[in-house]
Order: sequence, then structure tokens, then C-alpha cells
Amino acid sequence: MNRTSVFADDTGGKIFLMVLAVLCVVVPCANLLVPESSALHMSTYTVTLLGKYLCYALLAIAADLVWGYLGILSLGHGAFFALGGYGMGMYLMRQIGDRGVYGNPDLPDFMVFLNWDALPWFWYGFDQFWFAMLMVALVPGVLAFVFGWLAFRSRVTGVYLSIMTQALTYALMLAFFRNEMGFGGNNGLTDFKDLLGFSLQSDATRVGLFLASAIALALGYLVCRYIVRSRLGLLAVAVRDAESRTRFIGYKVEHAKLWLFTFSAVLAGIAGALYVPQVGIINPNEFSPLHSIELIVWVAVGGRATLFGAAAGAVAVNYGKTVFTAALPEVWLFALGALFVLVTLYLPKGIVGLAAMRRARA
Amino acid sequence: MSFTESLRHAVRRDQVFDFLIPDAGPRLDLSHQTILYLEDLTVSFDGFKAINNLNLYIEAGELRCIIGPNGAGKSTMMDIITGKTRPDSGSAWFGQSINLLNMSEADIAEAGIGRKFQKPTVFEMLTVFQNLELAMAQDKRVLALLRASLSAEQRDWIDHTLETIGLSELAQEPASKLSHGQKQWLEIGMLLMQQPKLLLVDEPVAGMTHQEMDRTAELLTSLAGERSVVVVEHDMDFVRSIARTVTVLHQGAVLAEGSMEQVQNDARVKQVYLGE
Repeated sequence: MNRTSVFADDTGGKIFLMVLAVLCVVVPCANLLVPESSALHMSTYTVTLLGKYLCYALLAIAADLVWGYLGILSLGHGAFFALGGYGMGMYLMRQIGDRGVYGNPDLPDFMVFLNWDALPWFWYGFDQFWFAMLMVALVPGVLAFVFGWLAFRSRVTGVYLSIMTQALTYALMLAFFRNEMGFGGNNGLTDFKDLLGFSLQSDATRVGLFLASAIALALGYLVCRYIVRSRLGLLAVAVRDAESRTRFIGYKVEHAKLWLFTFSAVLAGIAGALYVPQVGIINPNEFSPLHSIELIVWVAVGGRATLFGAAAGAVAVNYGKTVFTAALPEVWLFALGALFVLVTLYLPKGIVGLAAMRRARA
Repeated sequence: MSFTESLRHAVRRDQVFDFLIPDAGPRLDLSHQTILYLEDLTVSFDGFKAINNLNLYIEAGELRCIIGPNGAGKSTMMDIITGKTRPDSGSAWFGQSINLLNMSEADIAEAGIGRKFQKPTVFEMLTVFQNLELAMAQDKRVLALLRASLSAEQRDWIDHTLETIGLSELAQEPASKLSHGQKQWLEIGMLLMQQPKLLLVDEPVAGMTHQEMDRTAELLTSLAGERSVVVVEHDMDFVRSIARTVTVLHQGAVLAEGSMEQVQNDARVKQVYLGE
């Protein structure tokens, strides 16, 4: 068994990274170099849409790490994604400066609207990019650490843990809906102008964000792949399949769960931070339990415990969502439900499993 | 300690902070040749006394068989030793110095007590080799596991264990493909990789063919000596084939102890088993 290479017997992963690399070349060229009149031109809308899918793919990989490999079905991973998004959103809000509707150089518009006269303490530092990025990783990480420490130490597992994570994201949604929280209430944070001095409206910035998302996705994949190939990855699978047995071998199951869960939350936070400047808004709806459940559907559709399958599932389902919600908006939720049922019944290993079956038959 | 004193203690530069010193834990002390002391143990579940004033001593290097009718408290006793169940009263010591009653399952396993369950539980999705690799005595903290790679000695050691349990051919197969008897052996192999000083083996031959039983008997007898082995078993033929000392449990307490012959001729044992 060779652990020196993360790519050993990972054909799917190699294909996945190659597709990402090709996209990184083709998309910027098709958008920036090909003239708009040409049929090969890719609109900025499409670039942003693709960038959004890649952020979802990174989120799906984070969820697959804890669900597929460790067996923790988190129905609240959307919360970590949204928290990362809010971190980025707060930075972008502070960059608006006096260009807001009220023209107040110190306070974001919604605070002026609420008649606040000073910036709340937890907004300090978010005008610095490095501080905001630190918080993007730290806030979801610390929340996951505290939550996980309490839950795993008390040996809460299975459906009970799922319900608790669901409650966590629901509670956060309700809290963020309140204006007093200081995060813009139900409108959330929006009307962003620029990021690190680059205008968010320009094509080049959009392409830059797409590239950043692709690189983050590739790195996230590689780190997760390194983890699941390590002995810690073996332990994760062992915990998933026979938790108490691993305890009697002498492993502190809580510690492994806690660190992997925290890492996964940080990854989800990073995905959220890349997502927000591309869609241009972050509001409490991102905390909605429905989003977290959709995320689980992506992973299930793509194929659990493969990492690249989760990413493929995220892109495939979201592409379906884009097409469906444009053509038949009222059918989408039924289609999503039906998809989940069909995948669970007939494709327990998802799209990836289907491909493997084809290969076995051929 | 006054505040200034504790402050002074905290900033002393000739020693590291207490919390930075790794917790080594007491070493297993076998100076009195006894590896396990269970004294006056009592456990009750909703008023039912599963263990009732149990006293049991296991010698270092001994192979001990424990028999008893259903509900005699055999499994509960194993649960107490491995930290799964806490007794209401009594004490459990591993060697002279290790108190089992305030340790977690993982710490007890690390201290040197390995357990094989009644129902074989191996990690089905992992290969036989990986099962042994995980069970191996090693640094089991998260970061160490993340960076761990298989050294040549570790590989040899795993190969050696594979030979002992007769699964060398199947090393790269997922454990789910093994037969029932092979899973039992894999579990024993996993116990060996932990290098325990005390092996607790719960019904090792349940569901085995006669041939498999003979091999298991051979394996268990070869293990005793270097370490202590405690076998809980229902199958009397099997117990007869390996036993040196037999302990009979009944209603959560020791009913009789001695060689197989002594025990079989004991009037109280006959009464419990045959209802005479």
C-alpha cells in the first residue's frame, strides 16, 4: 500500500482535477479574449454561475468528508457556509465607504437606517481584508469546535446529532433575521462595490473570483484526499462502521470526530466567503435548514465517500436547479425530492457508482 | 497557595508548565504476579444485581476460562474491566498500580487490556491488512495519525500477525468477504496488534466448525504465558481442551474455582448446571 501519492488509485480524482485545470484556462479565455460577437464567447453571467457551482462543490466536499467518511450526517453544514459568507459580506460592506445610499463613511446603510450612531464592536476590524479572511475560517471553526466538543463528548450520534445540527442552523437563521443582531436583518448584506480595490462589476474581477474558487476547490480536494488516505482516514471509516470497536482498540473517537468536523466547517466557511462576492448578497436565508438538506442531496446524488463525486453531484444538481427553476419553477422542489428518493433506492453510490457499474459491465 | 505564590510558580523559568508535561500514566506493575484484581464488585440494573460481590484474581501469564449459565454476569464483568460499565461499589485494579474504575475505554485499551467481543466486529469496509494496521499499538492521537506512514518494522509485524492468524492470503481483501470463523481470527489478530498484557476473549468459538475450533484452541494456548488470557465460553468441549483453571460464575458471584475436574465434581456446580 503506497501512501506517498495522494493520487494512487484515484482515477476519478485525476479526471476531476484535470477538468478543473481545463476550466481555469478555457473560461477566462472565452470570456476575456474571445470577442462578444463570436459564438465561442462566454458571458460574464455564465462565468459567475460556474464560479457559484464551484463554491457549492467545495461545500459538498466538506460535507462528504464528515458524512461519507466519518458517518456524521450534518444537516447544518449550510450554517458554516453562511457564516463564512457573512464574514466576507462584512468586509465588502466596509469597503462601500461613503458610496452607500446614505453616504455615511463609517456606517453601512442598514445601520444608518436603524438610527445607530456607532459601529458595533463585532464589526471592528472587518475593514481589513486579512482580518475578515481570518474570521471567515475562525468563526465557523470555533462554532463547530464548541458544538462538536459538547455533542461528541456526550456521545450524541446518528439521527439525534442530525437533528441538533438542524436546530443549530435554524437557530442561527432566526437570530440573523433580527435587526438587533447587527447583520442587516432579513435583507442581509448586499450592494457590494469592490473587493481589494477591484470593482465587483468588472469582467476581470468576476473571472478572478472564478479562478479563486477553482483553486480553492482543487486545494480543498487535495487536502481532503490527503486526510482520507492517511491513517486518520482509515480511522474515520472504522468509526463510521463500528464506533465502539474503535474505542476498545484505544482510539479517542471524540477527538478524531471533533477535528475532522471542525476542519470541514472551516472548509465550508471558505466556500461561503468565495460565494458571496459572486452572487452579490448574503442574507439569513442561507441558514435555512432547506439549504443544508439540499447539500446532503448533492452529496448523495454524486456519490458518498468519493469526494470528487460530491463535487460532481453539487454541480449536476445545481445545473438542474438553474435549468428547472427557469423553465418550471414550481416543479423544482418535487423534482429534487424525487431525485433523492430515486438515488437512494436505485443508486446508493450515486453518479460515481453508476459510472463504476458501467465499467464493470463493459 | 496565595495569589502571588501561584503567580511566581506560573512564571518559573527553570521548569515547563505542568500541562505541557505529557501524561504518562502509571506503568503496569506485576511485582505480585497478579495482573487483575476484582474485589467486592457489585452492579445492579434496575434493582437486578448483575454482579453481586464478585471477587476474582487473574495471575500474570495465566489462561483462565470462565463459565456460567446465562445471566451469570460474565459479559457484565468484561464490561466493567474494559470501562463500558461502571460498578456501584467495589474495586478493579490492573496490576498493582492502575485503577480501572476512573479510566475511559480508550485509556484502558492503551494501558494493555484487549477485548474480543462475542459477535465479531471487524471493520468491514477496510482490508484485512488495514484492520490490523489500525489495531496496531501506536501513537493514537489525531495529528500523529494524519502523518503516520507504515514503517518496515510495522509492515513485518503485521505480516507476522497475518501468518499467526492464517490470513496472509487474504491480506488485501475487504474484511466483509471473510467467513465467520476468519472474522473471529482477524479479531484475535487485531487484539495481538494491540500488544495487550491481558486479553479478554468472549465466546471465541461460537458458530465455528470443529476444525476451526481446534485451530482457535491452539492459537489461544500459544498466546498465554507471555500475556494473560481470560476466555468466556459456553462450549464445554472447548473449555476442556484449553482450560487449566476454570472459574464458575453464578448469579454475579464466583461459585467455584479450580481445575476442570474439580469444578465438574463440585456439588453446587452440578446443581446450578443440571438442576440436581
